[in-house]
Parts: sequence; C-alpha cells; structure tokens
Amino acid sequence: MMETWWRALTFTLGYNTSLVTVGAMLLAAAAGMVGSFVLLRKRALVSDAISHSTLPGLALAFLVMGVWQGDGRVLPALLAGAAASAALGLWLVQRIGERTRLGEDAAIGAVLSTFFAFGVVLITVIQTLSVRGQSGLTGYLVGATAGMLYSEALLIAACAVGLLLALLVWRRDLLLLCFDADFARTQGFDTGRLDLLLLLLLMAVVVIGLKVTGLILVVALTIIPPVAARFWTDQPMRMVALAALLGALSGYLGVSLSSVREGLPTGPLIVLAAFTLFLVSFLFSPRRGVLASLLAYRRLRQRVHLRQGLLALGRDEPIFDGLTLKLLQRRGHVRRDGVATPAGLAAARDAEHEERLWALYRRRYPDDALHREHAGLTPIGQVLSADAIMALEAELPPAETAR
Amino acid sequence: MNEFMMFSLVPLTVAIIISMTCALLGNFLVLRRQSLIGDAISHVALPGIVVSFLITGTLASLAMMLGAGVAALVTVVLIELIRRLGRVEGSAAMGVVFTSLFALGVLLLEWHGAGGVHLDVEHALYGNLESLIWFEGSGLGALFDPVALADLPPQLGRAAWVGLVVVTFVVVMRRPLVLASFDPDFAASMRARPALVDLLLVTLVAVAAIAAFEAVGSIIVIAMFVCPAAAARLMTNRLGAQIAWSQGFAVAAAVVGYLLAGEAPRWLGFEASLSAAGMIATVAGLILLAACLFGPCRARTGSAQRA
Repeated sequence: MMETWWRALTFTLGYNTSLVTVGAMLLAAAAGMVGSFVLLRKRALVSDAISHSTLPGLALAFLVMGVWQGDGRVLPALLAGAAASAALGLWLVQRIGERTRLGEDAAIGAVLSTFFAFGVVLITVIQTLSVRGQSGLTGYLVGATAGMLYSEALLIAACAVGLLLALLVWRRDLLLLCFDADFARTQGFDTGRLDLLLLLLLMAVVVIGLKVTGLILVVALTIIPPVAARFWTDQPMRMVALAALLGALSGYLGVSLSSVREGLPTGPLIVLAAFTLFLVSFLFSPRRGVLASLLAYRRLRQRVHLRQGLLALGRDEPIFDGLTLKLLQRRGHVRRDGVATPAGLAAARDAEHEERLWALYRRRYPDDALHREHAGLTPIGQVLSADAIMALEAELPPAETAR
Repeated sequence: MNEFMMFSLVPLTVAIIISMTCALLGNFLVLRRQSLIGDAISHVALPGIVVSFLITGTLASLAMMLGAGVAALVTVVLIELIRRLGRVEGSAAMGVVFTSLFALGVLLLEWHGAGGVHLDVEHALYGNLESLIWFEGSGLGALFDPVALADLPPQLGRAAWVGLVVVTFVVVMRRPLVLASFDPDFAASMRARPALVDLLLVTLVAVAAIAAFEAVGSIIVIAMFVCPAAAARLMTNRLGAQIAWSQGFAVAAAVVGYLLAGEAPRWLGFEASLSAAGMIATVAGLILLAACLFGPCRARTGSAQRA
C-alpha cells in the first residue's frame, strides 16, 4: 500500500496516472488562484452556485449526445453544456443581487437549489430512457478520475494551463478590483467587466474541475487553499501564489492517494488533503494561527500580571493572585513567603517610574500615544528617543511620598 | 381515488408539511442573510448519517437523525471557531467546513461501499418521496380506520412533529426572534439574548433539515429554506404578510411540483415518473423567478424605480 502510494507520488505508476496527477495539480493551482481573488472580493460562495448550476446543462448535453450519438459521455460536449447552464445561473445570481432587494446569499441559495433540482429532474428523465453510459453521469457528482481517458486528462490539463496564463496576465487588474473597486473606477477601469472576467474565470475552473472532483466538491478547491494561504501572508500576490501552491499540493496528494486502492474517490481525497493543509495553517501559522495567537495572549497576560504585581510591590500592597505571585517568584522579585526582595523593590521602582512616564506621555501627546502602543507595557526606552525621555523626566512631578 | 390514497396522499402531505416548515424558518434566514446555513447543514447530513451507520451498524431512523444532528452541531461550532479564531470571513469559513465534511462523508461511504450498504449519495440528494406508500390506504374510509392509520409511513408522523415544534418555536419566540433578526444590537440592549436566539434558530433549522432530508432529500430542503421566503420578501414589506405569502408559495410549490412530476411525462406521451423532490424545488425556483420579475416590492428601498 505504502509502496503503491510512493510510486504514485514519484510518477512511476504509469503514464495515465501521471497525466491525471499533473492535470489535477494544474487545475487545483488555477482554482486556488481564482479563488484567492474571489475570497478577497468576499464572494467565496458564488462558486457554490456556479458548480450546482452546471448540473442541468450537463444532463441536457448528455441527453442530446445520447440521442444523437448513442452514448452521452462526450467530455467536450458535456463541458460546453455545463458552462452554458453555469453562465445562466451566474447571470441570475448577479441580476437578483443587483436588481432586487434580496441579498447575495439568498440569490446563491435560490439559484443553486433550483438549478440542481432541475438537473435531478433531467437525470430521472435520462434514467427512463435507454442511453448508454448513464453511470458516467453520476461521476460528475463526486468526481471520478480512475476511468479518465487520455484525451480527457489532456483536455483538462490544457484548459488549466490556459487559465493559469489568463490569471497571470490579468492579475493586477483583478487585484485592483478586489481591494478598491471605487478607485479602479476612477482610474478608468470598467469594474463591471472586470467582475465579469473574474466570475468567468471562476466558472471555467469549476466546469473543468467537474470531472476531477465532482460538482459538489469543486467548490472546496476554490475556497480552502485561498483561506489557508491567507494565514501565511498579508501580501495579496504572495497569497495568490501560495494558494496556487497549496492547491497543487492537495491535487498531488489527493490523486496519488486515490491510486493506492481500487475505488477510492479522487475528489474527496483532494478536498481532505486541502483541508489538512488548511488545518495546519489554521493551527500553526506564525502570523494568524491559533497557536501563535494563544502564545501571544499568554505573553501579554504574563506582562500585565508582572507589571501589576511590581506596582503592587512598590505600593507595599499584599498580592493574592496566584499567577502574579508565581511570576514574581520566578524572577526573584519576591521570596516564597511573599516578602519583596531588594531586587524586587528595585524592579518595582523601575516599573512605577516607567508607568508614570507613560502616563505623562499619554497626557502630553495623546495622539502620538494612540499610534504607538496601547498597553504601555513596552519599556518606554524602546519607543521614545533618549532626548524625549529626558524631557519627560524633567516634567515629571516629584514622587508624592518618600518610602 | 384509491390509487391516489395509496400512492400520492402521504408523499404529498409530507411534501407540503416539510415545505411549509422549511419556508417558515426560511423567512428568518433570508432576513438575516443566513440563507446558506441550510445549504451547509443539508450537505453535512451525509457524513453524519454515514458515521452513525458505521458506529451503530443500523440505518434506523433514530440513529440516522442523531448522526445528522450531531454533524449539524459540529458544523456550526466549527464554522464559528474558524470564523472567530482564524478571523476568516463567515461565508468562506462555511465553505471550508461543509465541503470538507461532505468530502469525508463521500470518502467513508465509498470506502465501505464494498459491503453492499444501501446508502448512496444519490439517495441522500434526491430523497425517496415516491416510496412513501400507504398500503392500507384503500379508500376514503381508511382515514378513519385505526388499523389502516397505524400503517401510515412513519415519516409522516415525524414530519408533522417537527412541523409542530417549529411552529411552536416561532409563535413562542416571535418577539425575540424578530428583534434579533432586524436589529441584534438593539436586541442585546433589551436583554433579548440574540446569541441564544441565533443558536435556537440554527438548531431548529438543523432539525427541520434532517427530518426533511430523510423523507425528501436535501435539494428540496435547500430550495424551501430560500425560495418561498425570498419570493415572499419581494411581495410585501410586512413580516406577518411575508410569512403568510411564504407559506402559500410553499404549498403551491409542493402541490404543483408533485403533480407535475407524476403527470407531465404522461402529457408528453411517455410513461415515466420524474423526481418529485426535484420538481417541487424547481417549481419553487420558478415562483421566485416570477416574484423577481413582477413582485410589487422587488426593488431595493431607496434605489431608483424603473418603469
């Protein structure tokens, strides 16, 4: 089992499998790139509407090809049908959002359910007719790369390359649209057309991805890698590139895993691989990850407790808080019985001085203080220049009581 | 008539009850711009059912509903976790969670598919409305015959129960529900607990979705959460009237859709039966389309009125 997987990973499991793997990787990379722009435009679930609305077109194309040629499984015709009905669905989502008071969520929900339902009705029609290759149609629901023909894999790979190129060409325009549509309009860009371009690219990715992951799961390829990429960077172009990379990696892992055993579905494995990558990003990203946030929170809490504890020492007040006592003991500021050590008293004086400097600074320069650091926990020497601190210290009123 | 009693009465009644229930809750979802939560929940019912089957080994309704319910709860919690801890936009978080869980469900299903389990993706999507046959329903008299009534498909009773629970919820909670839907901040200041109301609403959406899922499949559920309520939203500016419209639309979609699915092929001259659930959802979508084109309150308030 491991051996088969290793052979799939190293592209030595046969020409067809390798081609499918490369095709899925290219497709997932393109999906990740388009998805990043769509995510930044805050319309992530539009792809859900697009993917579900391909079903009636798929079924109609299947029906037509089946009656005409005897077998409905003609990939180009099916993709064309899917694209046509997806375009109709997309247009309806746009129009409902623009022209009526309904929100985009209602438009998406209505279009996806109605189109999908009509597709199901058409499928029941197909089931009553005797068209060959009917089982091929259900492959579009959850994806099937196992029986993929050489020509089909080639078509998908070629389309994915074309999409990647188109995205590279238009990346700047799309970025402008995502971040500041109003500014783009003042610069003479036709934002309506750019929006259309973005949605058409999204539609192309979804339609091509149908065969690989199936129509319900292709949505995941346009959402999960961009969301995961967002955890690692704040720079949009890096995010797009990273999303493409994560997408390609999920495609690589998913397809190779699915060749391990007969009958393992490719689509779900690709999606689960993407989800695993997302999970890793969500937990361990150093910028926005949960672990990093937890550590930052802990650090902040310790600093607050330490400062408050030192101030209390300086004022000669008893300390009851367990965490504060522990932190002070660990640094040697108090003894085990809670009495302050000489070092602790010195640190307390420093802390008090620091606190008074910060308070004065905030009073004198409220605007600057707002921009700098809100907790006042950073040593003021790291924030202000020595001259500024000298000036502040000169203004400092003498301490009220001598201890 | 006897044929109708036996084959059509129960499916039609179940379809009407479920459509009305979903449409009732849908009003609030559409107002809150949360229409897609129904979509997410009905997608994750599949992994819930598969996991519950793998654990219990039965396809009993109770186990299935429990599994789907747990899955719905897990989904809602995960979406909120990712949204808050990861600072991810709500709809994107939803997309991450429900597609991943659905993928997990499909994978588990295919993994164990070799065992010959009667459980497949299509069944989950299309439902089996047509299979709700009332064998004892041999005539009008059967409606008053306790023996025959005992033979009614259990889905009917469950759908009725869920419908009753949902109606009770909306009636009892109508003030906090309306308040939380229109102005959560104000609701919070009135101590109307909008967060609690949110949670209850989502729970009921899950309950309704799962009860419906078993009987009619998930597509009809998504359609009924969105389409009738959205169409009703375009007909009136008052919430009470909107709910009334949505109920009317739901009944119309269920009846017309069911009849079309059974009769339309015969009109076209070939003997077949179309997916009733699919047809009902399609009709609901067509109703919404008509409302978008002709509804008296379709325009956004404040936008320029076009002739």
